[in-house]
Amino acid sequence: MVEFQNVGLRYGTGAETLSDISFTLFPGSFYFLTGTSGAGKTSLLKLLYLAQRPSRGVIKLFGEDAVTMPRRRLPGFRRRIGVVFQDFRLVPHLTAFDNIALPLRVAGVPEGDLAGPVKEMLDWIGLTERATARPATLSGGEQQRVAIARAVIGRPEILVADEPTGNVDPDLAVRLLKLFSALNKLGTTVVVATHDIHLIGKIGGAQMMQLDRGRLSDPTGALRYPPKPLVLGA
Amino acid sequence: MFRGRTQSAPNRQLMPEGRLSGPMPWVIAIMVFLTVLAAAAALTLSSATTSTGEQLSREATVQILAPDPAVRDREQRAAQRALVQLPQIVRADAVPPADVEALLAPWFGGGSIAEDIPLPALIDLTLARPVDDMMLASISAAVLDVAPSARIDADSAWLEPVLQAMQSLQWLAAALILLLAIATAATVVLAARSALGSHSATIAIVHLLGGTDLQISRLFQRRMALDATFGSVLGFLAGAAMLVGLSRQLAALETPLLNASTFSPWLLAPLLGIPVITVLLAMLMARLTILGALRKML
Repeated sequence: MVEFQNVGLRYGTGAETLSDISFTLFPGSFYFLTGTSGAGKTSLLKLLYLAQRPSRGVIKLFGEDAVTMPRRRLPGFRRRIGVVFQDFRLVPHLTAFDNIALPLRVAGVPEGDLAGPVKEMLDWIGLTERATARPATLSGGEQQRVAIARAVIGRPEILVADEPTGNVDPDLAVRLLKLFSALNKLGTTVVVATHDIHLIGKIGGAQMMQLDRGRLSDPTGALRYPPKPLVLGA
Repeated sequence: MFRGRTQSAPNRQLMPEGRLSGPMPWVIAIMVFLTVLAAAAALTLSSATTSTGEQLSREATVQILAPDPAVRDREQRAAQRALVQLPQIVRADAVPPADVEALLAPWFGGGSIAEDIPLPALIDLTLARPVDDMMLASISAAVLDVAPSARIDADSAWLEPVLQAMQSLQWLAAALILLLAIATAATVVLAARSALGSHSATIAIVHLLGGTDLQISRLFQRRMALDATFGSVLGFLAGAAMLVGLSRQLAALETPLLNASTFSPWLLAPLLGIPVITVLLAMLMARLTILGALRKML
């Protein structure tokens, strides 16, 4: 599904932020991307959700070369990837309903067909009553859930989440992971960047990639099962 | 998975509809107002130049310059008789001496000017076709046979400098319209860039959600079209009101160059295209500006 081969990323003329990144993500799997702040997690995710092109190396996405892909083809690929941003990036003047509906509207879904899926999503994240609220009036946790609903409403093949639990309390963090896990069970490949090592054990069968100063710390065995898988809700 | 319908525009509410809050509609209103005035001036001058030129090209005047009034009257009658027989002449009307005195009264004062100054006798000619040098020479030869003191002038020669000045003014008006169009386009470009900057975060999100450049540019186009429509209609109505007022004032004038026939409300009909073109220009410039800016993004 996703293949990185010797990928490097450099911003401007500075030193490489990411160096020699190589890994493969398989369909229906769950991955954690860990590392300290500044290790390059967000940069790696940007490459993954096509917000950035690498300075070198090869990235294959859904079997196609994403590095040399013409710009006009990128939107089609982006629609296959759901993204939960670290800072949520909700559109401030849109309601929760409209924020969640945004990917469908971008995809050209008729207005009459929006209400059903969006209400289902609002129900799923427990914010049905807050459908008409704007982001500024939502709590951090509520904004986070709206951001997640927006990321998954288009049924993406890959879900990328950048520190999705960074701004929420531990209970909510576990609940969010439950949402990701449920989605993963439906077949979506999930990649969650986090520096919270305790979360990793919450998803049984999840694999881990660790970044250290722009490099995968163990390139030969970067993807491995976490040490102690726990049952959700335990 | 929803990824098939790529050409539909995202929700029009994606960007807050802050139209009329910025200066663009008002700037466009001013531009359209000035353009309407400039275009009306160009059309009026064109109409006046054409009609006056056509009219004057078929008119000539014979002056009988003999100082002796008796000789002058005799030559005038003889010349008139000879002229009406020429095939090039449609009409040859002797101008009554009182009319000649009336024409000169503004310069020489009232009273009997003819007693103090030997005024020429005049014959107004209406020609069968536009005058040229050969026709003028032929008529002149026929007149001089019977009226040796006669002199013939084509009316168009007198007003040629005026007509040339009017044509220059037409070009000036056209240049003004072009400059206003450029200024309008520049205004739209600046407004589009400003809007792009204001909504960069939203645009980035739409991009990352799979929005295409065309979808995003359509949002801006729509917003620009609304602003430009308001400004254009306002500017056009203000310009039209001013033109109607001017046309009423000019209707009272009795000058052959500018009068009710050369400046009529019908002139406004082609001017209706100005707001339409302005809106289309605004949409085009917004589209090009936004697409150009978006191409710099991944």
